[in-house]
Amino acid sequence: MKEIKCECGHVNPLGTVLCESCGKPIEGNQHIDGNDDEKLLNMRYDGTARRSKTYNKSWIDRVWSFFSSVKVGIWLIVLALVASMIGTIFPQEMYIPANAPNRDPAVFYEEQYGIPGLIYFQLGFHNLYSSWWFMVLIALIGISLVICSLDRFVPLFKALRNQKPKKHKSFLSRQRLFSETDFVTDHDMETVKKQLRKRRYKITEENGHILAEKGRFSRWGPYVNHIGLIIILLAAILRSTPLFYMNEYVWVREGDIEVLPETNGEYYIENKDFILETHDENDERFREAITQEGVVASNFQTDVIVYKANRPIPGAEPELEPIAEDSIRMNQPLEFDGYELYQSGYQLNEFSNMTFKIHETTDSDEEALASFTVDLRNPESEFELESGFRVVLDQYYPDYYLDDDGEPASETNFPRNPAFVFLVYPPNSESAEVSFLGIGRNIDATGENEYKIGIQDFEMHDVSGLTFKYDRSLPFFGIGAAIFMIGVIQGMYWQHRRLWIQRKKDGSLLMAAHTNKNWFGLKKDIEIVIENTNVNMVTDQQELEEKVE
Amino acid sequence: MDLLNISSTALYAAFVLYLIATFFFGATIRDKRTDNKKGISAKIAMTLTVLGFLAQLVYFITRWMASGHAPVSNMFEFLTFLGMALVLAFIIIYSYYKLSFLGLFALPIAMIIIAYASMFPTELAPLVPSLQSHWLYIHVTTVALGQGILGISFVVGLMYLIKQIDQTVKSKQRSWLEFVLYLLFVLIGFVVITTTFNAVNYNASFEYQSGTETLVTEYHLPAIAGPNQGTLITEDIMEPWFETPSWFQGGDAGRKFNTVIWSLIAGSVIYLITRLILRKRIGAVIQPLLKNVKADLLDEIEYRSVAIGFPVFTLGGLIFASIWAEIAWGRFWGWDPKEVWALITWFFYAAYLHLRLSRGWHGEKSAWLAVIGFGIIMFNLIVVNLVLAGLHSYA
Repeated sequence: MKEIKCECGHVNPLGTVLCESCGKPIEGNQHIDGNDDEKLLNMRYDGTARRSKTYNKSWIDRVWSFFSSVKVGIWLIVLALVASMIGTIFPQEMYIPANAPNRDPAVFYEEQYGIPGLIYFQLGFHNLYSSWWFMVLIALIGISLVICSLDRFVPLFKALRNQKPKKHKSFLSRQRLFSETDFVTDHDMETVKKQLRKRRYKITEENGHILAEKGRFSRWGPYVNHIGLIIILLAAILRSTPLFYMNEYVWVREGDIEVLPETNGEYYIENKDFILETHDENDERFREAITQEGVVASNFQTDVIVYKANRPIPGAEPELEPIAEDSIRMNQPLEFDGYELYQSGYQLNEFSNMTFKIHETTDSDEEALASFTVDLRNPESEFELESGFRVVLDQYYPDYYLDDDGEPASETNFPRNPAFVFLVYPPNSESAEVSFLGIGRNIDATGENEYKIGIQDFEMHDVSGLTFKYDRSLPFFGIGAAIFMIGVIQGMYWQHRRLWIQRKKDGSLLMAAHTNKNWFGLKKDIEIVIENTNVNMVTDQQELEEKVE
Repeated sequence: MDLLNISSTALYAAFVLYLIATFFFGATIRDKRTDNKKGISAKIAMTLTVLGFLAQLVYFITRWMASGHAPVSNMFEFLTFLGMALVLAFIIIYSYYKLSFLGLFALPIAMIIIAYASMFPTELAPLVPSLQSHWLYIHVTTVALGQGILGISFVVGLMYLIKQIDQTVKSKQRSWLEFVLYLLFVLIGFVVITTTFNAVNYNASFEYQSGTETLVTEYHLPAIAGPNQGTLITEDIMEPWFETPSWFQGGDAGRKFNTVIWSLIAGSVIYLITRLILRKRIGAVIQPLLKNVKADLLDEIEYRSVAIGFPVFTLGGLIFASIWAEIAWGRFWGWDPKEVWALITWFFYAAYLHLRLSRGWHGEKSAWLAVIGFGIIMFNLIVVNLVLAGLHSYA
């Protein structure tokens, strides 16, 4: 590897723009940072040799150069930004409203939004954030983060470690803040140094050359926050594996015990009670809002018992041992053995069972001749009654409605609005009477039935929808986010300030200063430091031109 | 006197104090003194601003006490808090840079936001179960503070553009700048028109179909655009001129679309009258006020407010938001439109910060970005809440 020896004696790696030690611009390399036609030096990475700007022969070099470009990084960010925007034009598939006439995406988008909706669906934008190309885009951003950071961090770290107080004149005069003073006394020099120390600058001296520096650690902020982001992206990969992330949805009826999915039958849950509470309409504070907007829910809660199954004999019915008994509310999930349960949904007032009675059609007292109970979740098909009646459940619609053709059908499998067709065989009779029965309906199709069925009694229950999950990737996301915040604060809330002072034997003095941000603060520092001395205030050589006079 | 009365009086007082402070900031323009020695009017202006901020703090605390939860739970409360955050950010930035002109622009923007906020329902509303968490105020106040600081970069960026864009030659920049200023007029138009029709208690009810349900909506502005497939129930009142297209999403799309139309009309009328009186573009009128401010300093304040606001926004809008979403819904990220737009905002400012690495993006380009960035924030607040359906549509 060819190296470059500067006139100050320091040996710089190939591709260096400004000597690591004295800052002298190295001839032939000035185009790299675009210094050739500029009055001021580009100090972005202190003129260090970056791999991306030095080698471009092999394909590895080219890939490296490509991803290490900030421009490419910004383009990737902009692409991700635009893609994210597109994803919000129409709802994503998972957010298709529950009350939409047809929730099938192939129908929904066209029906709701016409041709644009159809195109949106055909391009796969209804699942944009899980599409392969969006993933690739995020992965490219990740690669760019790693390469950008490595390309700059290593040389910058070395350069800042190697820097010497003694700087070449062309380095000083081409800094944005610069001043020359004809004569400065020793006393003035002491004042300046004292003031610098007071303002917590770290001073290094070498033969009357002074380097005052503070906040160098803020230069590492960007690299620290990039590490945080990379950890977050890695955590996202972990989360896509079942080892780290599981998410299931369970419906549990009040009074039921259900096995929890994805636990190999190890855990069971019992729904003791589902509670829905609303805000008191008479609460003086909220009366006005409730009058206008209607009743507002105040609590969704499921009281549960979680059981652990012991199976001393394989295959035998497990013994259930309660391990947690608690109320799950919104914002108060239940945790046990690394699993979590969230209150996520509910269904009020499903029918558990219905009891019917049979009476003579003509009997105005409707005296029961026989009665039977139908378990609506698991109905028997035939009932032999003591009084000699036999009833056959011919049709059962748990959630009855009339479909488009006017035929009776069931909208869901949940007994929310049950309807039945019964065949009633009177005692000692082989021919049946047909009865159609539902809530608020009691239809005798022929009009010739001798016996009538009526609803005598029913029981109802609520159903709780619970999200059951574990997410073992969360600590990694947490660490990533914390590192990101540390890095971003380190880089944004502190600044790296450097001041170079060069005093010649004749007492003349050069002063130059640089910071990565907050020039206003640096100027304020310098003003205070040179107060009561003969040193000239630095001039800002790069003020934005005033366009309008 | 009950707490709620104290609360609304305090908010009103804050608004008036900001208004008077703005005039005093205006008076500093005539102050011939240099940047370092502040004139008396700057001192008065700043005192009034701080008093205004304290008054708004009283509003916030008393409203919290009255309702039992942090008053950041609906559009009115959030926007009011955003206005407060903008003022706080201004006070912080001012204490460092001592730039009085900033007050002349930041306070009116804060006032427009607060006035805009008070057009939404202001009654105390009870919290739905998903909002009942300490994270409500941790998340929302941090987001608002971040947005307030980023808002300062918008204000300063706007000042930069007004100062630097040549008003004597026709250019794209000149037209776009005027357009941004026109949008501020539209917000004012919204406030004026809503207040006017509220004062006369205008009301028109419509029935319309949403999915399988029939809903009723109440218009408080005369219906230019009626709800999609809606029928007017109220009698003896203006019939809508046309129907809102069906592709408008979200609840009550017709009423919101109608409000937008009215705001545009009212804003345009106010804008045109102003132009007729001044006989100049608004940009050209304001430009001379900024003669004595250094463009360089504006550029730096704009950059620094992004640098300061970005971490705060990340913390509140992404990290705290994720933590709460994990606790409430069991997933820290769900690609809900509001979440996505927070991410878009974050991407945008990340791009801004990277672009600032190159010198070519300092100055005017960067000022445009600061203006667009705040545009994205307002889009997320207004359009995403009101138009795109999602978990965050409170208002």
